[in-house]
Amino acid sequence: MDTRVTRKKLGLKERYAAMTRGLGWETTYQPMEKVFPYDRYEGIKIHDWDKWEDPFRLTMDAYWKYQGEKEKKLYAVIEAFAQNNGQLSVSDARYVNALKLFIQGVTPLEYYAHRGFAHVGRHFTGVGARVAAQMQSIDELRHFQTETHAISHYNKYFNGMHNAAHWFDRVWYLSVPKSFFEDALTAGPFEFLTAVSFSFEYVLTNLLFVPFMSGAAHNGDMSTVTFGFSAQSDESRHMTLGIECIKFMLEQDPDNVPIVQRWIDKWFWRGYRVLTLVAMMQDYMLPKRVMSWKEAWEMYAEQNGGALFRDLARYGIREPLGWKEACEGKDHISHQAWNTFYNYAAAAPFHTWVPSDEEMAWLSEKYPESFDRLYRPRLEYYRERQQQGKRFYNKTLPMLCTTCQIPMVFTEPGDPTKTCYRESDYFGNKYHFCSDGCKQIFDHEPEKYVQSWLPVHQIYQGHCFKPDVDPTQPGFDALGAVLDWYGLNFGRDNLDFEGSEDQKNFAAWRGEAKGDTTQEGASA
Amino acid sequence: MSVTAIGTYDFPAKDVRENFPAPLLYIGWEDHLMFCAPFCLPLPSDMPFGALVENVLPGACGDHPDFERIDWGQVQWFKSGQPWQPDFGKTLAENGLGHKDVIRFRTPGLTGIRGSCS
Repeated sequence: MDTRVTRKKLGLKERYAAMTRGLGWETTYQPMEKVFPYDRYEGIKIHDWDKWEDPFRLTMDAYWKYQGEKEKKLYAVIEAFAQNNGQLSVSDARYVNALKLFIQGVTPLEYYAHRGFAHVGRHFTGVGARVAAQMQSIDELRHFQTETHAISHYNKYFNGMHNAAHWFDRVWYLSVPKSFFEDALTAGPFEFLTAVSFSFEYVLTNLLFVPFMSGAAHNGDMSTVTFGFSAQSDESRHMTLGIECIKFMLEQDPDNVPIVQRWIDKWFWRGYRVLTLVAMMQDYMLPKRVMSWKEAWEMYAEQNGGALFRDLARYGIREPLGWKEACEGKDHISHQAWNTFYNYAAAAPFHTWVPSDEEMAWLSEKYPESFDRLYRPRLEYYRERQQQGKRFYNKTLPMLCTTCQIPMVFTEPGDPTKTCYRESDYFGNKYHFCSDGCKQIFDHEPEKYVQSWLPVHQIYQGHCFKPDVDPTQPGFDALGAVLDWYGLNFGRDNLDFEGSEDQKNFAAWRGEAKGDTTQEGASA
Repeated sequence: MSVTAIGTYDFPAKDVRENFPAPLLYIGWEDHLMFCAPFCLPLPSDMPFGALVENVLPGACGDHPDFERIDWGQVQWFKSGQPWQPDFGKTLAENGLGHKDVIRFRTPGLTGIRGSCS
C-alpha cells in the first residue's frame, strides 16, 4: 500500500534558485564563445555568475499571477474611464499635450527596452541574469502595450496621437530619445545594463515617472495614473535590478571599475539630456502643477543621487562627470526647452502656448534666480505678437548637437546668457556639441557618432521627402514636404494651442457636458 | 579604434560635404536667445559674405525687434569662438568658411528683449 509522502514546500529563496539555476549548460559541439559571443568583449570580467542576485526573486509562475491581477485592475479603470468620458474631466485641453509627448517620445522607448532586454536575456552566460533580463523584457513590452491602450482613448478626441510609431523614426525632436536607446542597444550587454538599468532606471526614472504620474493625478487623468501605478511597481523592481547589476560588476573584479565609471559618466549625461523634455513638461505643460523641475531635481537627483554615489564610493566610483553642470541646469533647462518648442511649433505634432499670468507668477516664485530676468521678457513679447496676430515661428532650421541631437539651446556653465558651443575635428570633418559632456562622449568613440542621423542634416540631404517629391521645382515648399513625410496634419496637429481644434472641441464638449445633467460622469 | 566592438567597426560618416547640395554654415546671434539655437544653413561657397548679411540673415533673424537696429559697421564676428574679421566683398570660401564651420556675431548695445539677452 502506498503511503502519501508529504513533501516540504520550497521556500521563496529555494524556489527562485530552482527556477533560475541549472538552466544553462556547457555546449559540446560548438564552442561556448561562438554561442555566447557578447558577454566578454567589453572587457568586463565575471568570475562567478552565481553571485548574481535578483533581489525580487520573482519566478515566472509568480510573475504571471501577479501581473495578471494588476492588468485586470488596469483595464477595469481604462474601461470605466472610457465609459464615463473621462477625457472631459481633465483640467484643461492643454494638459493633453503632455500625453502626446508621452506617446510620441516615451512609449516607443518601452518597446526599445523590451528589445534590448530580450537580446541581453539571450546572450548572458549567467542564467540568473538571463532570467532577470527576460522577465524585464516582458515587463517593457507590457508597458508599451498598456500605455498605448490607455492613451488610445484620448486619440479618439484629440490631435497629435495618431502616428506615434511613424513619428518616432522621423520627427526631429524624437531623434533625441531614439538616439539614446539606439546608442544603448548597439553597445555591449553590460553597457546596455549600465545605460538602461542603472543610469536611466535607477538614477533618473523617478524624475520621469513621478512628474508624469503625479501630474496626471493633479490634472484629473485617472487612466494615466493607473497605468503609471501598474508600471511603477515594475519600475521599482527594475531600479533594484539596476543597482544590483552595477554592484555585481564592481564586486566581480577591480578591473571592471574604470569601465563602469566611464559608462556611468556617459549614460548619466545622455539620460540627463533626454530628461530635458520632462523638465519642460513639468514646468510648462501641466495646467495644474505638482512641483517645479528644480524642486524635483533637488529631491530626486541631488539628495537621492548624491547619497547613491556616496554609497558607491567604497567601490571606487565617484559621481558622474557633468553632475555639477546638471545641477546648475536646474534653473534653466525647462525654460530653454519650452522656448525651443515655441520656436518650432510649426514642425511638432503638439501645441505650445505662452503661460498665463498666474502661471508666470508661479514660475517666478519657483525660479527666483532666472525666470523674471531671463525668460519672462521673451514670453511676454511672444504674447504681444500673438495677440497682434503675428505669432512668432522660427523659419530657419537649428544647429544640432551631434551627440544628444538636441538643438544647441543650452548655455555656458556660469553664464545663462551665452550659448554653449563645443567642437571637435575627426578625419577632417567638424562636429559640434552643446556641452562638455556631449563632446567628451563623442571624443571617446567618434566612430559611433559620425553616423548620427541628425534630422536637420537629413532634411538638407533630401532624405525627408516622399519619394515622388522634386525639391528642385520652383517655389518648392520644403517645410510642407517634410511635414507631409512626417505624416503630420498641418494646422491640426501643430501650431499654437490658441485657436487649435483641440481647444475649440474641448470647450464645446465641456459646455455640452455641463448642460446635460443626465450624464453624471461628464459633469466635471 | 576606440569603440569597443565585437568585430570590425567601420562605417561612413553621414554628414560629409559630398552628401549636401551646399556646405553647411552655422550662424549664431550673440545675446539673442529668443532664437533658441544657432541656425544651420546650406550656403553656396561662391556666395559673397555681404549677401549672407543682406539676403539671408533678414529671413532668419528679422522677427527680432533688435534686427533693424543693427549697425553692421559695429558688429563683432567670431569663428569657432575666436575674434574674426570677414571681408564682405569676398565669397564665403575666400573668407575661409568651409563645411560645418560655425560663426557668431555680436551686436554691441543690443542685448535682446528688455535687456534679457532674449
